[in-house]
Amino acid sequence: MERNLMKGNEALAEAAIRAGCKCFFGYPITPQTEISAYMAKRMPKIGGVFLQAESEIGAINMVLGAASTGTRVMTSSSSPGISLKAEGISYIAGSDLPCVIINVQRGGPGLGGIQPSQADYWQATKALGHGDFHVMVFAPSTVQEMVDLVTKAFDLADKYRMPTMILADGLLGQMMEPVTFPDEQSINEYDKSWAADGHKNSRKHNIINSLILSPDDLEKSVQERFERYDRIAKEEAMAQCYLTDDADIVLVAYGATARVTQSAVDLAREKGIKAGLVRPQTLWPFPVEHIRTASENASDLLCVEMSMGQMVDDVKLAINCSKPVHFYGRTGGVIPTPTQILTEIEKIAGGAKE
Amino acid sequence: MSSTEKKMKKVFTRPNALADVPTHYCPGCTHGIVHRLIAEAIDELNCLGDTIGVCPVGCSVMAYDYFNCDMIQAPHGRAPAVATGVKRAKPDNIVFTYQGDGDLAAIGTGETVHAATRGENITIIFINNTTYGMTGGQMAPTTLPGQVTQTTPYGRDTDTAGHPIRVSEMLATLDGVAYAERVAVDSIKNINRAKKAIKKAFEYQVEKKGFTIIEVLSTCPTNWGLEPVKALKWLEENMVPYYPLGVYKDKEAAVNE
Amino acid sequence: MGRIIVDEQRCKGCGLCIDVCPKKILKLSEDKLNDKGYSFMVCFDMDECIGCARCATMCPDIAIEVER
Repeated sequence: MERNLMKGNEALAEAAIRAGCKCFFGYPITPQTEISAYMAKRMPKIGGVFLQAESEIGAINMVLGAASTGTRVMTSSSSPGISLKAEGISYIAGSDLPCVIINVQRGGPGLGGIQPSQADYWQATKALGHGDFHVMVFAPSTVQEMVDLVTKAFDLADKYRMPTMILADGLLGQMMEPVTFPDEQSINEYDKSWAADGHKNSRKHNIINSLILSPDDLEKSVQERFERYDRIAKEEAMAQCYLTDDADIVLVAYGATARVTQSAVDLAREKGIKAGLVRPQTLWPFPVEHIRTASENASDLLCVEMSMGQMVDDVKLAINCSKPVHFYGRTGGVIPTPTQILTEIEKIAGGAKE
Repeated sequence: MSSTEKKMKKVFTRPNALADVPTHYCPGCTHGIVHRLIAEAIDELNCLGDTIGVCPVGCSVMAYDYFNCDMIQAPHGRAPAVATGVKRAKPDNIVFTYQGDGDLAAIGTGETVHAATRGENITIIFINNTTYGMTGGQMAPTTLPGQVTQTTPYGRDTDTAGHPIRVSEMLATLDGVAYAERVAVDSIKNINRAKKAIKKAFEYQVEKKGFTIIEVLSTCPTNWGLEPVKALKWLEENMVPYYPLGVYKDKEAAVNE
Repeated sequence: MGRIIVDEQRCKGCGLCIDVCPKKILKLSEDKLNDKGYSFMVCFDMDECIGCARCATMCPDIAIEVER
């Protein structure tokens, strides 16, 4: 096993190449530019494709084209750029094409700021474009997890023929941590007989398409896709639990925020408050069962996000609003501190004792 | 069957690259002619099994059912970007897009210009019929000054609606473009020229010469409100003077000069 | 000496072929319509056909085959 000290964005890019990514199409935007720069350096050396597109719209449609040929392909951007990709992502989902999309989130709305944020949760999990569809969303919270989840993202994209997203943030993208890569990584092969890669006069022509004019047929196609989504929700939801077994207060946080929240849980334990943490690793599918089980014996839940409160909706739904779900969040690029979160925990604990 | 009939040979039949299905196009719409010319070029270059087509949003959106090669349906205006992705992933395949004027020269201008200037080794077949056909005849970027459409009911006023774009001339200024020609399908002579141009563009792609575009002046009898034969006449009398036919860029010709 | 074979069901009756026929031997059906409801092209004097394929070249529906 190689062990390297790497920046989150670069580790992610290297992991994508090791996972068999052959094409990368991107457009410069802070704070994800290191991914493009790394791809520009490495792709020509491995016989892959790096292309700086004319726009985010151009980039995602190049992804659509390369994905149509059955090639492993990735694009990356940050919040405003993901908005521009929305059209293409909807077409990719509607055409049942696999690809990996990276969003290194920054503060919004509009041009917003360039500091870390988690304000694109709703966009990523509910509305990455028009129409009835989902994208699998992974939420790493360490540089090592950026590496591990990108391989999974490629595999599951191929397995389920759908776009997958790594929802990171500026903090993870920019931080340096030691990471290990497997010495030899085998690339899993999936059926690509649907691909438009030239039929060599040996099969009927393949059509990659999202246009279905008959309402009955379109409904059927969407329903079939949702049957697949049901399977994914059952089989692919991932979360990690920390000290939740005996927790009175269960915190829920993902990504970089989960790191800070874990420190707050430790501080609370030092003060004798039984706090625990559920850290969703997939945001869609949302780890409903993990949260339900982990909070079974808790009195309260506290969701911490770098937003005004987006994932908190899903936490409430996960437990059917059966217990109070509190929220603490900072937004606009402000990162919450462990002490601030501890204060919130103490408020809840104090309130519970009264 | 008489003996004279037996001697006769088929001199004109449906090309192999064109699926044996009826099209949804209106009577007299020239999309069908251009489809046939592309299919004949594919047949003659014997590249059906290697060809991947990208169709647009617009009347020709369902071209994926009409060509026998692998086909991809692109978002509106994005076909050149989709084709770029295909070609970069599979450089040995033959990749073409089929796009209308609204698709290519309005919503997809950025994708078109940048695919051209990168010299993407793809072929664009650009149908210029001065209107948005599928949505019922609105002003296109190529609608002529004074032309009446659903959204220029008093005629296109260039003071407020701007001027038409001459795509072939514009793209010919870019170094990445290997071949740009404007043809028309309003007469037998012009159809034969169009066929040669389309085949040449595909040949250039096979030879990896760079970006090729054939602009085809076409008719839209339904939205122009003209009978099909009169629509051809309208094309000749109104479009050709504004959009002169001819070769606007030929990298090889420049080399040979 | 030529002959055309018209796919009556594919013909949409646009008449582009009639206009370009040098022998003027094509017309639209008058008392018959195809399944889609279009008048379709008929050759009323096949003996005059020279198999030049101008009609087929112009046909947007590839509804005409030509023999010569």
